[in-house]
Amino acid sequence: MHIPDGLIDAKTAAVTAALAAAGLGMALREVQRQLPPRRVPLLGLSAAFLFVAQMINFPVLAGTSGHLLGGVLVAALLGPGAAVVVLAAVLIVQAFLFGDGGVLALGANLFNMALLGAVGGWWVYRWASRIWPGPQGHLTGVAFGGWCSTVLAAIGCSGMLAWSGKAPWAVAFSAMAGIHMIIGLGEGLISALVWAALWRLRPDLVAQPQTPQSGVPATGWIGYGLLVALGLALFVVPFACPWPDGLERALAKLGLERAELRPVVPPLAPDYQVPGVSHAAVATAVAGAAGALIVFGLAWLLGRWLVRSAGPNRIGAARD
Amino acid sequence: MRLELLSHLHRPQPGPLERLPAGPKLLVGLGIIVCTVLAPARQPGWVAALALLVASAVVASRLPIWFVLKRLLVLSPFVLGVALVQAWQAQDCAAWGMTLAKSGVCLTTVILLANTTPFTHTLQVLRRAGAPGLLMTTLALMYRYLFVLAEEAQRMDRARASRTFRASRRLQWQGLATLLGQLFARASERAERIYAAMCARGWR
Repeated sequence: MHIPDGLIDAKTAAVTAALAAAGLGMALREVQRQLPPRRVPLLGLSAAFLFVAQMINFPVLAGTSGHLLGGVLVAALLGPGAAVVVLAAVLIVQAFLFGDGGVLALGANLFNMALLGAVGGWWVYRWASRIWPGPQGHLTGVAFGGWCSTVLAAIGCSGMLAWSGKAPWAVAFSAMAGIHMIIGLGEGLISALVWAALWRLRPDLVAQPQTPQSGVPATGWIGYGLLVALGLALFVVPFACPWPDGLERALAKLGLERAELRPVVPPLAPDYQVPGVSHAAVATAVAGAAGALIVFGLAWLLGRWLVRSAGPNRIGAARD
Repeated sequence: MRLELLSHLHRPQPGPLERLPAGPKLLVGLGIIVCTVLAPARQPGWVAALALLVASAVVASRLPIWFVLKRLLVLSPFVLGVALVQAWQAQDCAAWGMTLAKSGVCLTTVILLANTTPFTHTLQVLRRAGAPGLLMTTLALMYRYLFVLAEEAQRMDRARASRTFRASRRLQWQGLATLLGQLFARASERAERIYAAMCARGWR
């Protein structure tokens, strides 16, 4: 899902870079304040781990394979602030050492994968692990959070493509979200399996975040929330929402036309703006919600199965 | 399982571009990318000129052409997808042709930068540019232990493979997940040892 350079235009790159820099700055400050010095090397080693983990292919169907993306897994293990730093390091190494993912698009990728994907998925994870205390909640949260993070990052990505005028929102959104709703299943499954394996091997490592951030100050959350909301308001809402566009109106007032901002791309269907738009939006939302509910159910079942089949006690008993 | 980590990197004798100072080189590369992104879509001449510039840089770098082309192919599915959507949508071929051309120039530039600039030099440039210390420490440690962990994962997989015959897909997934869990556990143990070593050498 790495956006390469040249796919997003200059204004999108600049805005996403600013948002990502602000988010990374907040994460760094938070980690610096709360991370005990002896945990500092763990960030670098986790980044190396994540990079290697992303290169290990899981066989899917004949000939195809998938791999872990790992944002939510790292956030669950280390805490969200540390996860943002780790993902930033991974993206920088991918761009400058392997030429994978753009240099100018670094901000866009960091925003999608770390701020939207990992932190967003981590919120889901924490919510689930609070509802069900114990491994069941963690496993459900990691699996469902992994799926959510993949889909969220894909939605952010399609919003950026649409804002750059590279693809109409309807096409970009349905293609990206559709594909990543399937990819996300693999991501959730692998994340949960790795979490379960770690729980079996080293229960102390998954007991709580390795970088204590339970007492995250409210200001940190307000900052993250504002950044993500700002990003979504810019990239996603203008396209996904049938309501009149405030930005458009403001620009029209200023004497700027929207057409100047967005290069002309022929719409998917010329009659897209019929009153049916709101129906289409509602239908999409309902379908998305239904899909999310089904995946949540699957995640819960997976968690239940993993708790039963692979608890530390059982392995410990087998070893004795 | 084969970790294709090293095949993504070309490690030749340092070529002419590799000896140039990293800071200006990265700046020029970034400038080329910015110019390509800003180049007007209706005038292909700009992008053609930039493409010519980058192509001559590829020749000057003495990187094997097949290596650059292979990396370009590996990294371009996303670009191809977007171009396909545009080709399907648009009446004229200008839009998707421009997308392909611009992304191709940018991708080649990044591949060229990555393979002619030693990563330690990139880190120095970033440090001089004022990147935060914690991020720099993370990057430096990550780069140092990236290949160590990759080798460790490969060793674990070899050990696993020598003890099992063909596994069902379910067992394969569980085996790989266990390997990843074990890798994280070992990485975190290694982090503790590294911290002790750093303290012994007077860190902080």
